[in-house]
Amino acid sequence: MADLDQVKPLDTSPDIEEEIQSGGEKVYVAPPWKLMWWRYRKHKMALISTVVLILFYFVALFCEFVAPYDPDQAANQFKQVPPTAIHIRDTEGNFHMPFVYQHKRVQDPQTLQITYTEEPSPRYPIEFFVHGFQYKLLGLWQTDIHLFGIPQGKDQQGLFLLGTDRLGRDMFARVSYGARLSLTLGLVGVFLSLAIGVVLGGISGYYGGRWDIVIQRVIEFIRTIPQIPLWMTLSAALPATLSVEETYFGITVILSLVAWTWMARVVRGRFLAMREEDFVLAARLNGSSEMRIILRHMLPSFLSYIIAALTLNIPNMILAETGLSFIGLGLRPPAISWGVLLQEAMNLRSLALSPWVLAPGFAVVISVLAFNFVGDGLRDAADPYAR
Amino acid sequence: MLAYIVRRILIMIPTLFLISVISFALIQLPPGDYLTSYVAQLRSMGDNIQQEAIDAMRDRYGLGQPVYVQYFKWIEGIVTRGDWGQSMEWQKPVSELIWERMGLTVVLAVFSLLVSWLIAIPVGVYSATHQYSMPDYAMSILSFVGVGVPAFLWALIIMYFAQTQLGMNVGGLFSQQYLEAPWTWDRVVDLLKHIWIPGLIVAIENTAGEIRTTRANLLDEINKPYVELARAKGLTENRLIWKYPVRVAMNPFFSTVGWSLANRISSITLMSVVLSLQTTGPMQLRALLSQDMYLAGSFLVLLSTLTVVGTLISDILLAWVDPRIRMEA
Amino acid sequence: MDNTLLEVKNLKTYFFLDEGTARAVDGVDFEIKRGQTLGIVGESGCGKSVTARSVLRIVPKPGRIVEGEITLHRLVAKQDGSKMTDLIRLTEVDPMGSLMRGLRGSEMALVPQEPMASLSPVHTIGDQIGEAIRLHQKVSKAEARAKTIQMLELVGFPRPKQRVDAYPYQLSGGLRQRAVIAMALSCHPSLLIADEPTTALDVTTEAQILKLMRSLQQELGMAIMYITHNLGVVAQMTERVIVMYMGKVVEEANVDTIFHNPLHPYTSALLRSIPRLGMKARERQRLASIRGTVPDPYAIPKGCSFHPRCDKKIRGVCDQQEPTYIEVEPGHKARCVLYKQ
Repeated sequence: MADLDQVKPLDTSPDIEEEIQSGGEKVYVAPPWKLMWWRYRKHKMALISTVVLILFYFVALFCEFVAPYDPDQAANQFKQVPPTAIHIRDTEGNFHMPFVYQHKRVQDPQTLQITYTEEPSPRYPIEFFVHGFQYKLLGLWQTDIHLFGIPQGKDQQGLFLLGTDRLGRDMFARVSYGARLSLTLGLVGVFLSLAIGVVLGGISGYYGGRWDIVIQRVIEFIRTIPQIPLWMTLSAALPATLSVEETYFGITVILSLVAWTWMARVVRGRFLAMREEDFVLAARLNGSSEMRIILRHMLPSFLSYIIAALTLNIPNMILAETGLSFIGLGLRPPAISWGVLLQEAMNLRSLALSPWVLAPGFAVVISVLAFNFVGDGLRDAADPYAR
Repeated sequence: MLAYIVRRILIMIPTLFLISVISFALIQLPPGDYLTSYVAQLRSMGDNIQQEAIDAMRDRYGLGQPVYVQYFKWIEGIVTRGDWGQSMEWQKPVSELIWERMGLTVVLAVFSLLVSWLIAIPVGVYSATHQYSMPDYAMSILSFVGVGVPAFLWALIIMYFAQTQLGMNVGGLFSQQYLEAPWTWDRVVDLLKHIWIPGLIVAIENTAGEIRTTRANLLDEINKPYVELARAKGLTENRLIWKYPVRVAMNPFFSTVGWSLANRISSITLMSVVLSLQTTGPMQLRALLSQDMYLAGSFLVLLSTLTVVGTLISDILLAWVDPRIRMEA
Repeated sequence: MDNTLLEVKNLKTYFFLDEGTARAVDGVDFEIKRGQTLGIVGESGCGKSVTARSVLRIVPKPGRIVEGEITLHRLVAKQDGSKMTDLIRLTEVDPMGSLMRGLRGSEMALVPQEPMASLSPVHTIGDQIGEAIRLHQKVSKAEARAKTIQMLELVGFPRPKQRVDAYPYQLSGGLRQRAVIAMALSCHPSLLIADEPTTALDVTTEAQILKLMRSLQQELGMAIMYITHNLGVVAQMTERVIVMYMGKVVEEANVDTIFHNPLHPYTSALLRSIPRLGMKARERQRLASIRGTVPDPYAIPKGCSFHPRCDKKIRGVCDQQEPTYIEVEPGHKARCVLYKQ
């Protein structure tokens, strides 16, 4: 190695530089987040799903504004009304801005069965930013402006996008309100399980050895007990006297008690892979403290994996909450969540007469699918250097 | 191989012990003494129960004594007499109530497992060998739908259509006349007539994930040199795919039988509540709501045991198909 | 008598990817005589392996032979016992059809790069070798097994009767490669395609395997297409050599000529990069790698594809016109503007 200085430096003739210039210069200098975005952008379903999720969370945040009616207000004359048809053409064939007709209640004299038909006049135009029930926007500003609706006149008239339930409550308003509990519960639950998962999975993967064995055994053990029966048993232990907020918090904790194992696996796997990486060894040789190695070097490089895993686990949480509330062991009325709303569908008669009570179920499916697609896109994008 | 199996069974014992402890602790969580409410319930129904009988029961289950004493009395009953305790609500020994329901749950779980394997493996193999073809895309979209729609929602949708379009009630696992009947051949036939709908519903929910697993595992294997060498040997494409990479790609499948079983039990539990099937789900739900603790606890223990046994079977299966694991053992 | 075994003319195999078309093999010509060993030399990614897979018609997707001819001269026994050659145009048969499958493994056999990964981990070697025998010969299971043991013995397997039921993970790398060779030879191919068969092995094992292959070649009289990036192995194993660069053959000659009188600047550069015993200190400093790297396969340089790395390039010529492949002296071809016919 004595004549190391005599070794010719790598010749970079103008020709080679030319090659590099032409051959995808953009790729070589782009920061990781940009590469991730480029890869994510390629996943069309993930992009569409991102928009859907933003929409859903907007509804969850501003459900009072989005809902045209108070979700708890029962209207006797509008029980089990099917979704209101929106027209742009009247009976004479003239075009108008979107409008609705009045629901007309018809009772069959023999069976006493009630059905609804449309009264072909007058027309009720749909308007935006109409006045409705009073609420506090974001809990701060008192207002009665709603996103859409039909202006309230003397006669009672309804615009029920998703129909009404047995008590005559607007399903659209209820599904919007349900989004707030169902969608946030998934989010809160996943962060709670992330907190536990990062600590335990991190210890397991970073230190290995005895800790790893113990934690892995615990994870295996928890996974042995079928989730739903376990969650059912745990939720049944929550006293029925709890307030809505307390139950919400209790259910979140119960779900996280199992869900942390999913996160811990991901974190452990990444730690194990990373422990062997050269840049971690380099940092250690430079005398960095363990904490600094973890926070400065390892965490940023697997943050994207964690975000992907988080996204993929939110739907599990949403499904679990829905399932538990649906069978009466999760959130309980008067709380409004998609699972609670689905209880209405459990009654076969009610389901047969008003299938639109399944609407909250479809809200669940759409959000679960959207989270899955986004998670899939993120997972692909998580490793921007992989080809 | 035998030594391996014996060792695996011995490892199960502490797990089962832990499961029973946790289950017992969980059903102890709600406040209240169930015997007191039991007695109150009996008296309210005009049944004049003797103080001696109450004391005998108190003694038998160790009620009023520390929790660990109660636990050991319960376990002692299970291990020595097969006595899982008394159901307060049904006023029957738990052991009389659970076995048929456990059996039907197992049948349903295994049935759906077989159905989804039968679908998932060929479809997954086709998807992987025809990557980026139209059927492959169609399959991915369908499997996403499968992942997104939970079994209980399928149950609701199917129930709605069966009711309104066919005028048929798809609930239950037996016709009316066989509901309480003893097991006969006719009852088995009747069961088979009813079980396929719920079986398929559970299969739909889980098949999707399994197709994706098969496809991903096979894609990992399909470009490996041993597949190319098999091709260079002159094998037909079908034969070489099924003999080599599919065999290797199936390993992770076998190794997760335990967890798939646990997942299926979860799906079955919720779906059974919707369709009021005679499985563990609805009865466990009722037991939990009425704080019928021995019944609820027994279900939790048995369902978990099912997963443990499933894992045992999968480990043995894996050791059988993969020589590398057999040797390690 | 027709002495030719395989002819490859203007072979072009491209890979159609999202990023563009990769011209892995871009106009390759060569010929292999019966019993001859042809070495194919070049850096990683020059198209050696894809050439081999094109001959076997197992180019992986999204690759495809887009142009050219591959002709196999097969010897067939006639009724009266004499032999005649049957020409098969491999580029025109269905790659997964029965004719091609019948040739693969029996007329042409592959010894791949990684013995570790080239055997199925969950089947015994006896199963995998016996399968090849049963596929091409009408024999019973027991006969195939006996034949397998015989083949294992031939490639120097210790205790073949016991080892026939071994799984690959129970064998060392050298033994696995011997098993793969036994499989390749089990149907007496006339052409053995060895794709860097010793790269993954240690030096001692490599020497053993090379020795084995040479002695088996003499015994069985087959031709070998030997693909490698190791010039030492070329000198040891081959009679004729072609040098490939970016999907093209840049030089072809007998092995002695290649080493003593290389024509193409790329061949010379390759030769300069081998360390030799007894090199003087002054020379050792000059043991430099070829400057630069192989260009991106999607952006092949204009003109001669080697010009950005070439010492002797002529500005205005090499970066403009593509040189033609010419016979500079009898039996010695090169693709470079420096030479005229």
